[in-house]
Amino acid sequence: MKETAEDLEAKKDYSTLNLGPTHPATHGIFQNVLTMDGEIIVDAVPTIGYIHRAFEKLAERRPYNQITPITDRLNYCSSPINNMGWHMTVEKLIGCEVPKRAQYLRVIIMELARIADHIVCDTVIAVDTGAMTGFLYLFQWRELIYEIYEEVCGARLTTNIGRIGGMEREFSDKAWSKLDQFMKGFPKALNEFNNLVTRNRIFMDRTLNTGAISAERALEYSFSGPNLRAAGVDYDVRVMNPYSSYQDFEFIIPVGTNGDTYDRYMVRMEEMWQSMSIIEQALKNMPDGPVHADVPEFYLPPKEDVYSKMEALIYHFKIVMGETDVPKGEVYHCVEAGNGELGYYLISDGGRTPFRLHMRRPCFIYYQAYPEMIKGGMLSDAILTMSSMNVIAGELDA
Amino acid sequence: MHHPQHPGASTASIELHDNVKSLISAKFGDALIRSQIDYDFPVFVIRKDAIHDVLAFLKDSADTGFTYLTTMCGIHFPDNTGEEFAMMYQLHNMQRNLRIRLKVFMGTKDLTLPTATDLWAAANWMEREAFDFYGFKFSGHPNLTRILNMDEMNYHPLRKEYALEDATRDDKKDEYFGR
Repeated sequence: MKETAEDLEAKKDYSTLNLGPTHPATHGIFQNVLTMDGEIIVDAVPTIGYIHRAFEKLAERRPYNQITPITDRLNYCSSPINNMGWHMTVEKLIGCEVPKRAQYLRVIIMELARIADHIVCDTVIAVDTGAMTGFLYLFQWRELIYEIYEEVCGARLTTNIGRIGGMEREFSDKAWSKLDQFMKGFPKALNEFNNLVTRNRIFMDRTLNTGAISAERALEYSFSGPNLRAAGVDYDVRVMNPYSSYQDFEFIIPVGTNGDTYDRYMVRMEEMWQSMSIIEQALKNMPDGPVHADVPEFYLPPKEDVYSKMEALIYHFKIVMGETDVPKGEVYHCVEAGNGELGYYLISDGGRTPFRLHMRRPCFIYYQAYPEMIKGGMLSDAILTMSSMNVIAGELDA
Repeated sequence: MHHPQHPGASTASIELHDNVKSLISAKFGDALIRSQIDYDFPVFVIRKDAIHDVLAFLKDSADTGFTYLTTMCGIHFPDNTGEEFAMMYQLHNMQRNLRIRLKVFMGTKDLTLPTATDLWAAANWMEREAFDFYGFKFSGHPNLTRILNMDEMNYHPLRKEYALEDATRDDKKDEYFGR
């Protein structure tokens, strides 16, 4: 008797494989229980929440300025963008107009953060295909970006950069010279990396047509950022809902066609060049003026004023104790973070802390599509798909 | 254009609000309970039994085209007797760059909503998050289990009755801070 397809299917011996939670190739704590047919993935069940830290709950007890350090820990590869997104949300709520110079300084910092974020993602894709060299090359430049952060705000990874109403201070001379060094040196390094990896036969064989998602499915899954653009949808918050003076800058939105691992890599590569161009334009057209709006209740006064002026002392006390009330209201503000639309939905009941803060984390939303994207592919491609989606545990689990 | 109901709202958001309001009212009548503009964002409060149909209409109708689900989340208003809980949906029409927000209010006794997973694949984890943190049930959801907290947890932590601070601590009482 001839065997039917169902008989064959029933006789198949699937094996179960635990990918994670702590697997070095997943760059974070992710668990996927895979059903495998040999080396082919039949099904995947992701488990998330391993580093859940209850940010939305924490935010309900914290004064507004103390929420910024929480946002650092969302996508920690590009903390400054998260910080700025939060500042802008509160600024929208309190109706604060940020001086043009502060907006441009923010754009510089945000674009540096985007470059740092994309360096991590693209070089790690290369590492996962076996190319360690490019990773080490570009990480020297990521280090320089971190040094610039350090000059501006004193921290490197979890930056807590900027303040509600602007920047904490003017960039130091050293920050400007390091930025100059970065702008001069990075294009050469990025070109080198590009020559090393982008047209490499092995790299292309590993990434082309793997982990693909169509534009329709990507939209169903509410993809945003480079992963959506790789599928061919030119949605970029910087262009669609410009914030922090992005309307003053000229840049293109790179898009892919297949939404595969290679396209996601390529979109990020091009975005780094676009970010360089944006920083160049910001440096060229940098306006003069204050780096902070006149909202003293959100901005620590200079220390000498605290010792000599009554008003400054009061503001200092109120900020440190977190006793600044904000108006009632309900706002949503989104920024184009490293991974896509990072949104803050904030309800204020007029008190010193938010009544409710919901964070739209792009990772959390698009990681849902991961099982669909890796089904039918090889296990080794699944690893690349994950690194090319740039799933960051901090943002995923909040 | 001056609009007394929505001080500070831009003309574009008032126009969007009025358009969507008339489309929803024409099709669903009194399922639209109220609407307003919050910081330039049109907000529509929908009756719970109609929310799925309204979402489907907003997504599929050519007049609206809100095909992208930006986000959704639960909210708890403990003092809002009879309407203690709310589910918020935020939709985006990407072609025309229009954004709106929908809300459904619920009483403590009945926290069951129709799922939106049949409209958007993205709704799956968002609804699991709302279940995890608020205990909302979504009828028709394919796998309504906790997502960020552990399965053994026996409460829904974002509800307001669960204070964040350790109840045994007495150094952080509001009265010490003049609150």
